[in-house]
Amino acid sequence: MQKKVIFKGRLLPLALLAPQLAVTFVFFFWPAGQAIYQSLLREDAFGFSREFVGLENFQEVLSDPSWVNAALNSLVFSGCVAGLALGLALFLAVQADKSLRGATVYRSLLIWPYAVAPAVAAVLWLFLFQPNVGLLGRGLNAIGIAWDYRLNGNQAMILVIIAAAWKQLAYNFIFFLAGLQSIPASVLEAAAIDGARPARRFWTIIFPLLSPTTFFLLVVNLTYAFFETFGIIHALTSGGPAKATETLIYKVYVDGVQNLNLGSSSAQSVILMILVIGLTAIQFRAVEKKVHY
Amino acid sequence: MSSTTLPATARVPAVRDDALLRATRRRLLISRIIAHGALILGVLIVAFPIWMTLVGSTHDAATIGRGDVPLLPGLHATENYATAWNEGGGRTRTTPASIMLWNSLLMAVLIAVGKIAISILSAYAVVFFSFPGRMAAFWAIFITLMLPVEVRIIPTFQVIVDLNLGNTWAGLVIPLIASATATLLFRQFFLTIPDEFVEAAKIDGAGPLRFLKDVVLPLSLTNIAALFVILFIYGWNQYLWPLLIINDRSMETIVVGLSKMIGSGDSQNEWNTIMATAVLALLPPVLVVALMQRWFVRGLTETEK
Amino acid sequence: MATLSLRDVRKSFGATQVLHGIELDVADGELVVIVGASGCGKSTLLRIVAGLETATSGQVVINGRDVTELEPADRDIAMVFQNYALYPHMSVFGNMAYGLKIRGMGKAEIEKRVKAAAEILGIGPLLDRKPKQLSGGQRQRVAMGRAIVREPALFLFDEPLSNLDAKLRVQMRAEIRRLQRRLGVTSLFVTHDQVEAMTLGDRLVVMNAGRAAQVAPPMEIFERPADTYVAGFIGSPAMNFIPATLDQGNASARLSDGTLIRFADGPRPGEAGMPLTLGLRPEHVETGDGPDSLPLAVELIEPLGSETVVHGRAASGMAVTARLQGAFSGESLPVRLTPTHLHVFDAETGRRLEP
Repeated sequence: MQKKVIFKGRLLPLALLAPQLAVTFVFFFWPAGQAIYQSLLREDAFGFSREFVGLENFQEVLSDPSWVNAALNSLVFSGCVAGLALGLALFLAVQADKSLRGATVYRSLLIWPYAVAPAVAAVLWLFLFQPNVGLLGRGLNAIGIAWDYRLNGNQAMILVIIAAAWKQLAYNFIFFLAGLQSIPASVLEAAAIDGARPARRFWTIIFPLLSPTTFFLLVVNLTYAFFETFGIIHALTSGGPAKATETLIYKVYVDGVQNLNLGSSSAQSVILMILVIGLTAIQFRAVEKKVHY
Repeated sequence: MSSTTLPATARVPAVRDDALLRATRRRLLISRIIAHGALILGVLIVAFPIWMTLVGSTHDAATIGRGDVPLLPGLHATENYATAWNEGGGRTRTTPASIMLWNSLLMAVLIAVGKIAISILSAYAVVFFSFPGRMAAFWAIFITLMLPVEVRIIPTFQVIVDLNLGNTWAGLVIPLIASATATLLFRQFFLTIPDEFVEAAKIDGAGPLRFLKDVVLPLSLTNIAALFVILFIYGWNQYLWPLLIINDRSMETIVVGLSKMIGSGDSQNEWNTIMATAVLALLPPVLVVALMQRWFVRGLTETEK
Repeated sequence: MATLSLRDVRKSFGATQVLHGIELDVADGELVVIVGASGCGKSTLLRIVAGLETATSGQVVINGRDVTELEPADRDIAMVFQNYALYPHMSVFGNMAYGLKIRGMGKAEIEKRVKAAAEILGIGPLLDRKPKQLSGGQRQRVAMGRAIVREPALFLFDEPLSNLDAKLRVQMRAEIRRLQRRLGVTSLFVTHDQVEAMTLGDRLVVMNAGRAAQVAPPMEIFERPADTYVAGFIGSPAMNFIPATLDQGNASARLSDGTLIRFADGPRPGEAGMPLTLGLRPEHVETGDGPDSLPLAVELIEPLGSETVVHGRAASGMAVTARLQGAFSGESLPVRLTPTHLHVFDAETGRRLEP
């Protein structure tokens, strides 16, 4: 944890830490505290009076059908995004890890969508799937599928899933490739000599040895789908149609910023914080337990 | 080539199992075809939306509005980009892309530099000093790792309002520069700097600040570069926070501005200038990744694991 | 059991050719050691036999089957890797059973085979452990066990002992030899260690720059090295090389200071005055005063206990190393270059000249 040889002094290290700590306290602990405090209060419609209501806000939130709807949307959305982005990225990484002509070119071409902002990714896909203008949107309508994500909730969900998974593909690909390359070649050669064909090698050797990477990515992807995809949903569907793509984080935004219901949105924020802390804790447990082969 | 004594084994004529050989060759071929096929398909999936955006940015609004987007670029690139650059895109003509690009650049650089600066200082304090409250400070920073800005967005927004920092660069950037990830990375790296370096510095009479400037910073350069790439992209791609904090059109960032142009996704919009703006919005971070690929991949896999 | 033949095996990586036509026939049950300095192509050759690399041209024949293009799975071989390459997520049992499971062997038979192999190797109590819970020597045994249970036609060893400490290495060396004899499996063993090569091999292949410099039993290689490379590579301390020319009707060598040494076993073929390289092993350098003795100025003395290695230099500038019984001290050492153990090489080609 610490070096043996160190410098002396008290003021200097505190001065060095000051900026980081100041930002952390002002923009992290204070608002987090505020959120918890407000989640226990109720404000009247005009903001004149506040009263302490205990866990009532939480009760209300958890029993609110629109919150449950958002929670279910979040589950479906993040499950599909993680599954799609992880599965596809793993498959591509395995292919790119083979000794192929042009493998490095493929690798370079596959990683750069990482740089595209979620909201920009949304715009790109919107332009493809817009029912009157988009190439694919028009194509779907031409073959008889009534495609309009602005009217059909399931189609809207599919579209945000595609855009979100597309954006995350590169990230997963990079990590899977790094994971694959850290598996010793000789172990795979030993398996080949033991008679395992590629498919069997993958499932019995590569996949188990890759599991720490996969688990890490699973948590990262879930976190991504839960929180960082706000831009995609906001730009593509604004949570609609009829709240079909409203996720938990989107609902916090709607209730807090548009409806100005601070008590409820604070309670929702606290629930989300607990969720993230839970996810992170699981991840740290896994990192600690992670077998160092 | 040479062998002084040939062994006692008689030379057996080699039998070739042609069926097995054919099967082996076929397997190898199929594996190659699958690999190339999958990778080409992957590249297409990755590239297609961007290609269509590029194409869309080179036709006139009427062509796109009719729904006749061709697969190949058209002739209107110059005017579309000029409009987007000087006047803004979409029917609403929010803010010219030139201003929004500058704002995004400023935001991204400030966030990246700010994060790196305060992280280096705090990691240096935590690693090279022993003082009361060291671990408490470390944990206070560490906990911020857990909560992405989106989760605490509403209360943080209120803090900004209370501090009167809405519509300011300070309000936009400072809440985003607290970073446990960067601090942890630098801490980890500093721990690998041999104790002998510190001893030598002490013997030479160099103080802690001099040691930081002359030894630690030069050693950290590649780490800083790698981290800069990641953080620049992180900063450039910020969405929810600028959306809340900035109402002043002259401070609009391009990612937010782009999505505002779209409105509700109406087909009668000026898609050509929107697509030109989209290309401008994704070009800088994509260029950074493409040009600094090695650093980027290293930075990514090392910071997050 | 099986035989192995390599016919004109060549391998290039891009423009660099690393193997220049290797010919080798390994008899049933034989243990052949491929030895050479790093970069000589010995590991590449082994990997070509294993099917982990494909030869650019030539043929690999195992038990009469041309396996040149086949995958490792279809070659009926087992290999022990330098870093053991154990499956980190499987127990010792799992590691040893893996190849058998793939072949669709029944559970009971797998259990029987693994237990028997573990018994032989003394790793019976370790079967439930994971590789990272094992010491280097134990991992080595598991790697051996994984090869044994398969009962393959051919064993391949890729420097399996080089990650062990010196004492364990000697012990495992003897064990591998015993095991290979007992199982009678045809084996190919790659090493850079000449002692390992000499003690293990029925025959050695000494590789130099992608060619087999000599293929022969250990003692023949020691006594009649085919060229100066082999002569210098095998034997420690290394053989003394002395430049000379062919003289006196090809019956003698003349050293640069004019000394004549008459070949004990007869004249060598070649033109008069042809440049030669004479080889004399340090242990064959005789000491003592005499009419033909050469005084050496002693430069370095290495006492090894029962014997002493003395590095010295003659007046002509020629460096000579001598290996003496017992202890030695002194400033100078008179030596005689005895013709009885002299090796004669063509200085130009480096090849051995037989009488």
